[in-house]
Amino acid sequence: MSLVESPERPAATAPRPKAPALRRKHLRQRLRTLGFLSPWLVGFSVFFGYPLLATVYFSFMHYNQIEQPSFVGLRNWKYVFTQMPLFGPALWNTLWLVVVMVALRVVFGLGIGLLVTKIKSGVGFFRTAFYLPYLAPPVAATVAFVFLLNPGTGPVNEILEAVGIPAPGWFNDAAWAKPSLVMLSLWGIGDLMVIFMAALLDVPKEQYEAAELDGAGAWARFRYVTWPSITPIVLFAVVTGVVQTMQYYTQALVAGKLASGVTIGPGTVIQPGYPDHSTLTVPQLVYSLGFQNFNTGAACVLSLVLFVIAMAVTTLLMRKRAGLLPAED
Amino acid sequence: MPRPRMRICLSAALAGAGLILSGCANPSVGSDRDDPTQPVTLKFWHGWSNQAEVKAVDDSIARFEKLHPNIKVETVNNVTDETVNQALRAGGDDAPDVVSSFTTNNVGQYCSSGMWADLDPFMKKTGVEKEKVFPKTFLDYTSYQGKQCALPLLADSFGLYYNKDAFKEAGIERPPRTMSEFKRDAAKLTKRKPDGSYERAGFVPNFRLYQNSPDRLFAQWGPAYFDKKGKAQLARDPRTKQFLTTQRELLDAQGGYAALEKFRTTFGDEMSSQSSFMTQKAAMHLDGEWRGLMLKEGKAKFDWGSAPLPVPDDQADTYGRGYLTGTVAGIAHGSKHQNAAWELLRFLTVDTDQVVRFANAIHNVPSTFAALKSPKLDADPAFRTFIDIARNPHSQAMPPSINGGQYITAFQDFAYDAEAGKVPDLDKGLRELDAQIDADNLQSVN
Repeated sequence: MSLVESPERPAATAPRPKAPALRRKHLRQRLRTLGFLSPWLVGFSVFFGYPLLATVYFSFMHYNQIEQPSFVGLRNWKYVFTQMPLFGPALWNTLWLVVVMVALRVVFGLGIGLLVTKIKSGVGFFRTAFYLPYLAPPVAATVAFVFLLNPGTGPVNEILEAVGIPAPGWFNDAAWAKPSLVMLSLWGIGDLMVIFMAALLDVPKEQYEAAELDGAGAWARFRYVTWPSITPIVLFAVVTGVVQTMQYYTQALVAGKLASGVTIGPGTVIQPGYPDHSTLTVPQLVYSLGFQNFNTGAACVLSLVLFVIAMAVTTLLMRKRAGLLPAED
Repeated sequence: MPRPRMRICLSAALAGAGLILSGCANPSVGSDRDDPTQPVTLKFWHGWSNQAEVKAVDDSIARFEKLHPNIKVETVNNVTDETVNQALRAGGDDAPDVVSSFTTNNVGQYCSSGMWADLDPFMKKTGVEKEKVFPKTFLDYTSYQGKQCALPLLADSFGLYYNKDAFKEAGIERPPRTMSEFKRDAAKLTKRKPDGSYERAGFVPNFRLYQNSPDRLFAQWGPAYFDKKGKAQLARDPRTKQFLTTQRELLDAQGGYAALEKFRTTFGDEMSSQSSFMTQKAAMHLDGEWRGLMLKEGKAKFDWGSAPLPVPDDQADTYGRGYLTGTVAGIAHGSKHQNAAWELLRFLTVDTDQVVRFANAIHNVPSTFAALKSPKLDADPAFRTFIDIARNPHSQAMPPSINGGQYITAFQDFAYDAEAGKVPDLDKGLRELDAQIDADNLQSVN
């Protein structure tokens, strides 16, 4: 029995009907709120809600983008999960890129950011030099990389062979194709560098001074001062990186097509993912199924799988703060 | 919100969405009751984009308008299949009346869906006997399950280009005609530098080189991809295994797959002066009829010739055959002027003089019997080789499919693995490939 007397609660009474004036006031408030929300609501409905509903709807339909859709139950789902051998490699490649590319981009972006903020002279030059590649259009950047890393004629391999290092096949070798794409994305690290630089420059100088007075070395200063201050930005970089990499399409497609040397023309059918499906990502498979094979149902199933994975990973990261921030109670 | 209400709202939203979405794919219905002698403006969409090709199309249209003063034609060039599909799906006044496509693999879908109008009634009305006008191979890839919804608008045939100087140097008198000669000559023509790397390969057969796709090389065996019931039969057809084995032998005769694949990466772009044949890195080369013109314009530094690709030893009597593909054209199902559209299509695809002039202008192979025999056709012997290949009754095109040639990509993927030596049991692999092709086709059928 509790020693503390709990105050008596007032008896519950039925809510009195609101006066018409009060109801009108509440209605106006609701409408005002909706009015302010409407740009977002319209955008969300048109560009997210409707397409998502359409994707779910077509995943249960046979639809070749010409004839009327017809209901086929779980046939598309069964096809994707049991009769489509490319689904496994595409998902594996996508997840591999998500893990490796995002991790390395964050590490590199932070590293370059730290480097540039520490430089005493020529800061403008280095900032520009590291940021410029990010401005190159993805297709142009990929074309340049495929040319530079050509195993037969590329200057990179010529240099490597000249100094006696065995040169890899890069985009022409299944084992090296994904690492080559990672290298390409690290070359265009300028966007993350700028974000990290802003975060690093926001860390209060007094904290560094206090840490130095306490005898903290460079690593201790980074570990106990810099890192706690920039963790929200790191989390932002990880979450946006995961979502972007889940949609990785252009660079992989261009690199695969160019490196394969196949020319598109009459009677030519091309499967993306050269070499040996090592650069095949789920978005490429979605395009291939939907717009080359007219298999809208299966393409929608794949899109939903991608959506669910992206949602799950993002939710997990936001919930657990990716181990970066103390979890909220 | 209480749960039951939430559920009702969600159900209603989903049902509403279904109703909205199901109404978004309804091909508009056109008309074949128009009078083609009345003034009308037609829209013709095609995929040619090169300046000379577009001019050739425009010249053709000018000739047509002269013959049919009541019909004006508005052309739109550089149009892809996706754009055509969207336009035909949406219908309306801006949609095309006459359409063309470079993708013969999509004909199955155009015919089965009814998006491209059935042309047989028009041919019947105007007395065009298609079997007498077009070679059977061309009719095969422009129809699907008996429905002729497209007609060939010029074609491409594939043969062998060979370096006569290299042949002379190796003591070979004529281009190879059988696969055993092919292997022997390729090995003889292969030259190496002092460090062991390639100076020249006899013939780089790697499937990923330029036009060397497996389906093109396989045409020399005269394969049947499907049985009468439409089931894939690559495993049951002994020619598939013969072809894949020959490919491995061709590679091994010149140093193996890996070495040739590495050599392949040193070749320049196919359409540039740095292509492997132009730079004499390959003594023999598979290509279409357009390569002859490129060799002339690029002023090749060696004497060259063209010939049909070799055939298997046990099919020596089929020598002269090759792989065929081409441009297809049809009438949009939603066109309100289908008879006038037929007049344009008939002029472009059936009129002998027009077909010959257009073929000469863009250096493609004509697609009618009469045009193939025409004395006005380009007399260049190198081009003639490809005319003969197109006329050869054993020449083959890919059978049309309902899903944009998905079976071809499945076969290509398998062939890539097979040539790399990654398929230890060919029979088992081919059985699995057949099962995959059948599953893909079944998935595309309503």
